[in-house]
Amino acid sequence: MTDQKPDRTLDTDFFRRWLTAATAMVEREAGRLTELDSAIGDADHGSNLQRGFRSVMTELGRESPDGPGAVLVMAGRQLISTVGGASGPLYGTLLRRTGKALGDAPEVTAEQFTEAFRAGVAAVAQLGGAKAGDKTMLDALEPAAEALGTSFGAAAEAAEKGALATVPLQARKGRASYLGERSIGHQDPGATSSALLVAALADTAEATP
Amino acid sequence: MKMLINVPETVVADALRGMAAAHPELSVDVANRVVVRRDAPVAGQVGVVSGGGSGHEPLHGGFVGPGMLSAACPGEVFTSPVPDQMVRAAAAVDSGAGVLFVVKNYTGDVLNFDMAAELAEDEGIQVAKVLVNDDVAVTDSLYTAGRRGTGATLFVEKLAGAAAEEGAPLEHVEAIARRVNDRSRSFGVALSAVTTPAKGSPTFDLPEGELELGIGIHGEPGRERRAMMTSREIADFAVHTVVEDLLPSGPVIVLVNGMGGTPLLELYGFNAEVQRVLTEQRVPVARTLVGNYVTSLDMAGCSVTLCQVDEELLRLWDAPVQTAALRWGR
Repeated sequence: MTDQKPDRTLDTDFFRRWLTAATAMVEREAGRLTELDSAIGDADHGSNLQRGFRSVMTELGRESPDGPGAVLVMAGRQLISTVGGASGPLYGTLLRRTGKALGDAPEVTAEQFTEAFRAGVAAVAQLGGAKAGDKTMLDALEPAAEALGTSFGAAAEAAEKGALATVPLQARKGRASYLGERSIGHQDPGATSSALLVAALADTAEATP
Repeated sequence: MKMLINVPETVVADALRGMAAAHPELSVDVANRVVVRRDAPVAGQVGVVSGGGSGHEPLHGGFVGPGMLSAACPGEVFTSPVPDQMVRAAAAVDSGAGVLFVVKNYTGDVLNFDMAAELAEDEGIQVAKVLVNDDVAVTDSLYTAGRRGTGATLFVEKLAGAAAEEGAPLEHVEAIARRVNDRSRSFGVALSAVTTPAKGSPTFDLPEGELELGIGIHGEPGRERRAMMTSREIADFAVHTVVEDLLPSGPVIVLVNGMGGTPLLELYGFNAEVQRVLTEQRVPVARTLVGNYVTSLDMAGCSVTLCQVDEELLRLWDAPVQTAALRWGR
């Protein structure tokens, strides 16, 4: 893994390819996400994200949002309008707020993206009222946002580690929290899908010269 | 698990098409997933809008009609609807008197209705929101998402809807809804897990000879598992738990609710036990409703909801209602 060049530029196509990779990852892992969700939730996380990301792909095909910010704002809005549940507003807010922070530049630097992604993660924390350790998406997203300053690969590793670290935690937010201590011993589905999103980001960066 | 469906992806749309065919008095927008009473908006009346994941039928679509909900927004199975649906519903029922959102307390429902309220207000619709959180099984509200909205949703929708039908202004309809929620408590048990169409197999493993105490309505396991109990023992446990939390000082309306997979024969037998415990506890019963109203797909089990009523609430309960699932009076 090489260190991030902070002035590396990311164009509109990079963000389209990120969302395409994330969609493929969600398609591939939908069964596992739903399985995790059935242990401590209501067994639909995979199918809900599948529906949302498929509609993002349809919309990306129909519209040609101009600039990295516009791509992410469009994707975020699409998730809010199609996913439902808590993950719709939360994932939608992550992408929409990251996109808004990127503004309307035709290209952004890796450093600018890191700042914007951190703003997106902060917006998720504010909307859901959760903090690290509550056994939520944030347990993957916060370490990822931190490590993104180093490299995309480091962010993916941190997110994966964060998702695995939710296993011994007791859920304090969301539907799993109703289980009390019985939520312990299961990996959080939201943290798991968040790690997939960051893994797709690292894969996209890896494939980009 | 065998299911009477085509494919999991279309269960909600298929059900809405069937509902439209069975209920010409409702306006069912299958594409946008909104169920509206056909005469909406009713001049001078506050619109009462609710919604939530599908799988709890007849909640909420079955409660749309004169005297109850003005509109309902069904989400995917066990998944909150999206803000677009709620804004569309609000616009369809707003007569200028404003709209009340009845929101069950689940993270997803709260987030989506919050977003919808903002968007509806941008369109010039006055919106009030009431959260339903009656489930006493959630004891540790500091370290959870808070008490869940379950059986009391029926009471809130019926009584707020009756107040709106009488022409009460938005502040009063909202106040009624809050009062009903404040005075209602529920407790549920599961005898079997639930099978969602998306998963096709039970969401948790509940062996023969055991039951879950303190379940919600989404197939999530409860807080505690015990050896199977009799109807009498379950009623003792559930009613005591509710009464200890509600501490009623007057008459109550009782909802003995089936979770979808328990026959009415058993529910009526269970109601006999519930009434016995209430008599022992010296809690006077004003009205009782028995049936499958706030369900969890095919789950076997039941819940008990008590709502302490005053004269006004009891009058609103008795007021006429004309919906697919609840109808009396007139």
